[in-house]
Amino acid sequence: MDAHKLVKMVNEITAFFESDPDRNVVMEGVAGHLKRFWDPRMRREIVQYVDEQGGEGLTETALLAIRTHRAKLLPQVTPD
Amino acid sequence: MYSVKEPDGGTPQRTSEPVVTLEIDGVRVVVPAGTSVMRAAAGIDVRIPKLCATDTLEAFGSCRLCLVEIEGRKGYPASCTTVAEAGMKVRTQSDKLAKLRRGTMELYISDHPLDCLTCPANGNCELQEMAGVVGLREVRYGYDGSNHLRVAKDESNPYFTFDPSKCIVCSRCVRACEETQGTFALTLLGRGFESTISPGNADFLSSECVSCGACVQACPTATLMEKSVVDKGQPDHSVVTTCAYCGVGCSFRAEMKGSEVVRMVPNKDGGANHGHSCVKGRFAWGYATHPDRVKKPMIRQTIREPWREVSWEEAIGYAASEFRRIQAKYGRDSIGGITSSRCSNEETYLVQKLVRAAFGNNNVDTCARVCHSPTGYGLKTTLGESAGTQNFDSVREADVIVVIGANPTEAHPVFASQMKKRLREGAKLIVVDPRRIDLVRMPHVEASYHLQLLPGTNVAVINALAHVVVTEGLHDEDFVRRRCDPSEYEKWKAFICEERNSPEATERVTGVSAADVRGAARLYAKGGNGAIYYGLGVTEHSQGSTMVIGIANLAMVTGNLGRPGVGVNPLRGQNNVQGSCDMGSFPHEFPGYRHVSDPIVRASFEQDWGVRLEAEPGLRIPNMFDAALDGSFKGLYVQGEDIAQSDPDTKHVMAALEAMECIVVQDIFANETAKFAHVFLPGSSFLEKDGTFTNAERRVSRVRKVMPALAGLSDWEVTVALSNALGYPMHYDHPSQIMDEIARLTPTFRGVSYEKIDRLGSIQWPCNDKAPDGTPVMHEEEFVRGKGRFVVTQYVPTDERTTRKYPLLLTTGRILTQYNVGAQTRRTANVAWHHEDVLEIHPHDAEQRGIRDGEWVGVASRAGETTLRADITERVQPGVVYTTFHHPESGANVVTTENADWATSCPEYKVTAVQVSRAVEPSTWQKRFEEQQRAQADLLPGHARS
Repeated sequence: MDAHKLVKMVNEITAFFESDPDRNVVMEGVAGHLKRFWDPRMRREIVQYVDEQGGEGLTETALLAIRTHRAKLLPQVTPD
Repeated sequence: MYSVKEPDGGTPQRTSEPVVTLEIDGVRVVVPAGTSVMRAAAGIDVRIPKLCATDTLEAFGSCRLCLVEIEGRKGYPASCTTVAEAGMKVRTQSDKLAKLRRGTMELYISDHPLDCLTCPANGNCELQEMAGVVGLREVRYGYDGSNHLRVAKDESNPYFTFDPSKCIVCSRCVRACEETQGTFALTLLGRGFESTISPGNADFLSSECVSCGACVQACPTATLMEKSVVDKGQPDHSVVTTCAYCGVGCSFRAEMKGSEVVRMVPNKDGGANHGHSCVKGRFAWGYATHPDRVKKPMIRQTIREPWREVSWEEAIGYAASEFRRIQAKYGRDSIGGITSSRCSNEETYLVQKLVRAAFGNNNVDTCARVCHSPTGYGLKTTLGESAGTQNFDSVREADVIVVIGANPTEAHPVFASQMKKRLREGAKLIVVDPRRIDLVRMPHVEASYHLQLLPGTNVAVINALAHVVVTEGLHDEDFVRRRCDPSEYEKWKAFICEERNSPEATERVTGVSAADVRGAARLYAKGGNGAIYYGLGVTEHSQGSTMVIGIANLAMVTGNLGRPGVGVNPLRGQNNVQGSCDMGSFPHEFPGYRHVSDPIVRASFEQDWGVRLEAEPGLRIPNMFDAALDGSFKGLYVQGEDIAQSDPDTKHVMAALEAMECIVVQDIFANETAKFAHVFLPGSSFLEKDGTFTNAERRVSRVRKVMPALAGLSDWEVTVALSNALGYPMHYDHPSQIMDEIARLTPTFRGVSYEKIDRLGSIQWPCNDKAPDGTPVMHEEEFVRGKGRFVVTQYVPTDERTTRKYPLLLTTGRILTQYNVGAQTRRTANVAWHHEDVLEIHPHDAEQRGIRDGEWVGVASRAGETTLRADITERVQPGVVYTTFHHPESGANVVTTENADWATSCPEYKVTAVQVSRAVEPSTWQKRFEEQQRAQADLLPGHARS
């Protein structure tokens, strides 16, 4: 999927949670939102984008949230 | 009038607690204080003759037929305007009364055409009936004197006729227009014998009449008469069902002859509409039998090939084999389904079940994605439930009504009538809207404040309102302490009190004066019961969910939740938006808004459905398009939804649809999406199936089949057949069994059954052991989530900015006579009022561009370009233009962008930066659209071409 679109979406999600003064709450808010609402392929791709291309375009907080909660964001593998 | 007779008490029912006891014709009667003598008599089955009285209108006392004698009183008072009093002794029949009534009837009949045998009201005329009741045997005055018998008939309205020669000037129509509808289009011209009813010295079509039908229903003669009754004659039976248009969910009686609908009449017992209707539900049902209906299944291998009509078995078998082929080739997650808010609860439930159980993934979404998905997110986050808090009747107790980003007189007209009634009684009104909607100033209604903000600045305004409430100490400290989470409140309070949220600081961004914001905040906080109603002008923004949260914050901090007269009320666009969301149509939620990752919930569905279910959320509609373009999503089952027309950035949507290998469209018409389909499964209209709809107030109402499905199968039967063909067996004999399954698996629906709905008329969920008859007002004792949660709502400007190239902001909306993408209403006589979408532009902006009223103009955005006719008006502010999206060739969504709500991906339809300029020809897209239209029509079997 279009990485730029995913980046824009993550940044907008981060902008909402970022108003909380507690940094950990922000990180968990962003990662929790992605986990609850994003299809696994989208999560996999944004993690891959961060892993392979450094997450260019993501805000500092968004990047940190994905890196901090990388394992949580990667989908559970379920057999076909 | 109702043809299938309903009792008419003559004057409205009173419900006051104190009662009075009186005697009527020697019978003791106990009635609530304020009840009329006529109504009290009706309670013991004494029908006092009447013409100007009906129980949907306040008493008027003009016809002089309902006279009675009251012991100890002089004269013969009208029983409709005389209030029952304790100890009163009433006589409804005597020789003198009979003589008086006959004399009155003689006068009426002396100026009435005696054409009863050929009159469309024959057999259902109150004048005819009363002549019989009073024993009229002669008309001593003859028929040669002055009369109105040659006054011309007005047949301008497409749906009803106005024949003044039959009018008895009882004013029921005028009063219905005022009291019930609140439009004041009709008036009584002249005095005495010269009195006539007039739609403002114009014909009905060009008058201010909104064709709600209230006057036609109120008329006791054939003066105002449905053309369908004129054509077909009086119906012989009726079936109660629910309208399939907007989220008000009006109850109707489908009045029938055999399996043919003669007319739709609003049901007086309807909990949402109380006997009122709008032009769509009342009259625009003819689409159900329109020649464009596709009645046979069709398949084709590619979208460039002609359609081939096939049997149901072949079409279903082909769809199933294609879905399985795609999954084998691209993986289990490469297909999905879309449910529709136009379909019933049972149908949407089955589609999500098919996706989860038969497809084996959670790639199911619904059209609420593009309208009210932020409502679900915002209200669940703050209050704990993804639904509005009140019933519609709650507005009767509101003191301050706040309408944000909604246009109820156009989009939710029947509820708007209730709201206007309350406003005429003295409630105050605050409108928050970039456009001057009718409610801002109309007959007997004027907003105290119109916060005419710039599109995209909702959150800044709601924050400023809350800032005033908290910093000026207008908040409800006690409510917040008792009902809300204290730590979240303190965090929010610190944020909202920051200077950047003050009206003075936000004024520059929002365009709304600080004084007005302060005034509106004070009024809402301290004006008594404050009720907020909002629509898509709230949700369809990049901060749609934030705004819903902001609204909930404001309601909580002022204590305006948990009782009648207050609340947070989303006005849902389509008839079953609430229901389709309730039924688990979102990719992350099972029915009842429970996340798919919840192992206990998932286990309950796995056990009931006998299949292992996916724990990860699936794709939302816009994600499906993106995945289609990257090659990982190849098959789609679309029931009752036209994504090619209704979703934003049409070019992107079309490219995605073209990239798929199998699209199965189930619809009543070959819609825009069908142009990209490989299988077409003919759908059934709401008249052809049983089921339930859930309206904006969580009211579950029955939809009843009144005619056979034109294509042979109801929609739920088609989904069952598809599931069976996919190898996941489903078996239901009737939709009631589907509802039983929903109730079994969904705690908020635990007590719902067809038997109970039939018994109670309708049920507002939650309906369970705690609330066996349903829940009109939610969160009364505590919020569903326990403590109400304040959430910080920082204003983040949308990425969609005006520039020198795109200096105007386009916002979109609806019009009364058309519905959504127009597939239904465009196929009715409603086109008489709105046959094309136009672009509203302010005179200043038009002049700058040399644009004259009615000229073609090009509308260009970063996404695309279209051409519309200009409507120069001050309804829009300078810098803002507006259009509707009811006609596909208008291409409103060619212009809208891919920007979307951060939380739910609900598109930002309401903010698009555009340039407008004079145009001499259709846009390139429109030319291509015309070509495609012709090409696709050629691919349809001859009889299915529109």
